[in-house]
Amino acid sequence: MTQNAKQPSIQELQAIALDLRRTILQTIAKAGSGHPGGSLSMVELLTALYWAKLRHNPKDPDWAERDIFLLSKGHGCPALYTVLAYQGYFPKEELATLRKFSTRLQGHPERGALPGIEMSAGSLGQGLSMANGIALADRMDGRKRRIYCLMGDGEIQEGQVWEAAMTSHHHHLDSVCAIIDANQLQQNGPVAQIQDIEPLVDKWRAFGFHTLEINGHNMEEVVRAYDEAAKIKGKPQAIVARTVKGKGVSFMELNHAWHGVAPNPDELKKALDQLHTVTS
Amino acid sequence: MDMKPTRDGFGEGLLELGKTHPNVVAVSGDLEDSARAHWFKKQYPDRFFSVGIAEQDMIGTAAGLAMAGKIPFACSFAQFVTGKTLEQLRMAVCYQKLSVKVVGSHGGLSVGADGATAEALEEFTHMRSLPGMAVVVPCDALEAKKSAIAAANYPGPVFLRLGRAPAPMLTKESDPFTIGKAVVMRPGNDLTIVACGLMVQHSLEAAELLNQEGIQARVINLHTIKPIDAEALIEAAKATGAILTVEEHTVLGGLGGAVAEVIVQKHPVPMQFVGIQDRFGTSGDPVELLKYFRLMPSDIAAAARELLQRKRSAPAKRA
Repeated sequence: MTQNAKQPSIQELQAIALDLRRTILQTIAKAGSGHPGGSLSMVELLTALYWAKLRHNPKDPDWAERDIFLLSKGHGCPALYTVLAYQGYFPKEELATLRKFSTRLQGHPERGALPGIEMSAGSLGQGLSMANGIALADRMDGRKRRIYCLMGDGEIQEGQVWEAAMTSHHHHLDSVCAIIDANQLQQNGPVAQIQDIEPLVDKWRAFGFHTLEINGHNMEEVVRAYDEAAKIKGKPQAIVARTVKGKGVSFMELNHAWHGVAPNPDELKKALDQLHTVTS
Repeated sequence: MDMKPTRDGFGEGLLELGKTHPNVVAVSGDLEDSARAHWFKKQYPDRFFSVGIAEQDMIGTAAGLAMAGKIPFACSFAQFVTGKTLEQLRMAVCYQKLSVKVVGSHGGLSVGADGATAEALEEFTHMRSLPGMAVVVPCDALEAKKSAIAAANYPGPVFLRLGRAPAPMLTKESDPFTIGKAVVMRPGNDLTIVACGLMVQHSLEAAELLNQEGIQARVINLHTIKPIDAEALIEAAKATGAILTVEEHTVLGGLGGAVAEVIVQKHPVPMQFVGIQDRFGTSGDPVELLKYFRLMPSDIAAAARELLQRKRSAPAKRA
């Protein structure tokens, strides 16, 4: 939420999410490559955060007191770029340059290239460590703000994530909130078949996180989870968001073939035809 | 001659930075005592962060601290802080252009008895290939102290390689030190020996041996492998017509490779490389190992004589 803005209703947030989904698909189709599945699964998570929770100012992206959002699953950047464009960090027309030569919208996010991008990403498993580093610096400087780090469920197979989880716990970094977009699939198939990561909630609890499990497409649950997490003192928090990869487009949902492929014009039309009314 | 490990000089430099630079912090993977960062830890406990034996997280945490305006020194063994973390250094530190200082103690063979797994012999190659990463290898404790301070004031990422074993003091307090500026330690016009770290001392001793045979070797302390002082190297190539490089490190892509990249393109002269020949280290006393791997002054002098032969038999170059 930008400074002084009124918090939108759940219905308004759902309408925004629907609009975002359409633009994300159009953006990836225009680029001719990208990651639709993992972008669509985190739309509610981003919408609730940017429109209802995050303290930030698109007019002053470097505002020292802003909350920090780190997208650790960098391949989901079409969703983040779309959110940032809607929030006014840069003109929406620039979304058409995604993945093109000399664009500020790199195939994976580049810190410093585009206003609103806090961290470079694309090599998985690194975001939570950086969230911890920012939180430690904030504690030294007496700066009160929240640091959110969004990871994929496949991503947390990376060992560094669990090294970082131990650090968040050991240093009692209660300004750090890990969000897991548990969309069930990774590049070559179901996470459960490739390298099972369950029991996810027990794991984060065992690592010392105040852990919430929610339906990541239910806007009300998402907003409530962010509110609850922000109240926790002395412990980092983890929000395990159960989601559906490719959410909103029937032929993309839970189909790992849509991990890293752009829709062609026919597929885009079919997808957009399905994205007219709020369903979740 | 005074003997002191370069890691001790670094520890003193970090301690001084604690006083002068409130933004300097340290992160360690449970090797702060080895890297002599524990002196800083004792003095500034609120500015020291341990992440346990987890080097990848250590570099990520350091990157986060730098993103929030700190100047973190991430300390471990040279092997672990560069080897286990190459991907983190690449994306989180270098790609993001963060002012993270990567400190590797126990570089080269000086870790001795611990053997091959702890002996860092490839890290110059890895570190200098990362865009924007400076690579600094001080030759004595005083230079190590100055390089810690210079690193804090340097705008980007820096890798500092330190040694465990005591090394002779070659420089004076008043000697200037600038990252990227090579130092001529001994004049000479027959050939140039370019070295870093402990090998500067061995090269100076080799130059003395050569002097007894009437050969005047110039010795350059190339404490900064990157950004490289091309001007000093080209000048040396023009003046002496032959360059010998010496490093306690693999000859594949390290100091020798960096020097060759300049010389081959700007002023080709015969070159020779003294270093580790595509193999692992092994256990032993550091001096025993330096002998075994042919890094002693007599080995350097022998390579210099061979190089001089090549220089003399090479067709005369027109300037």
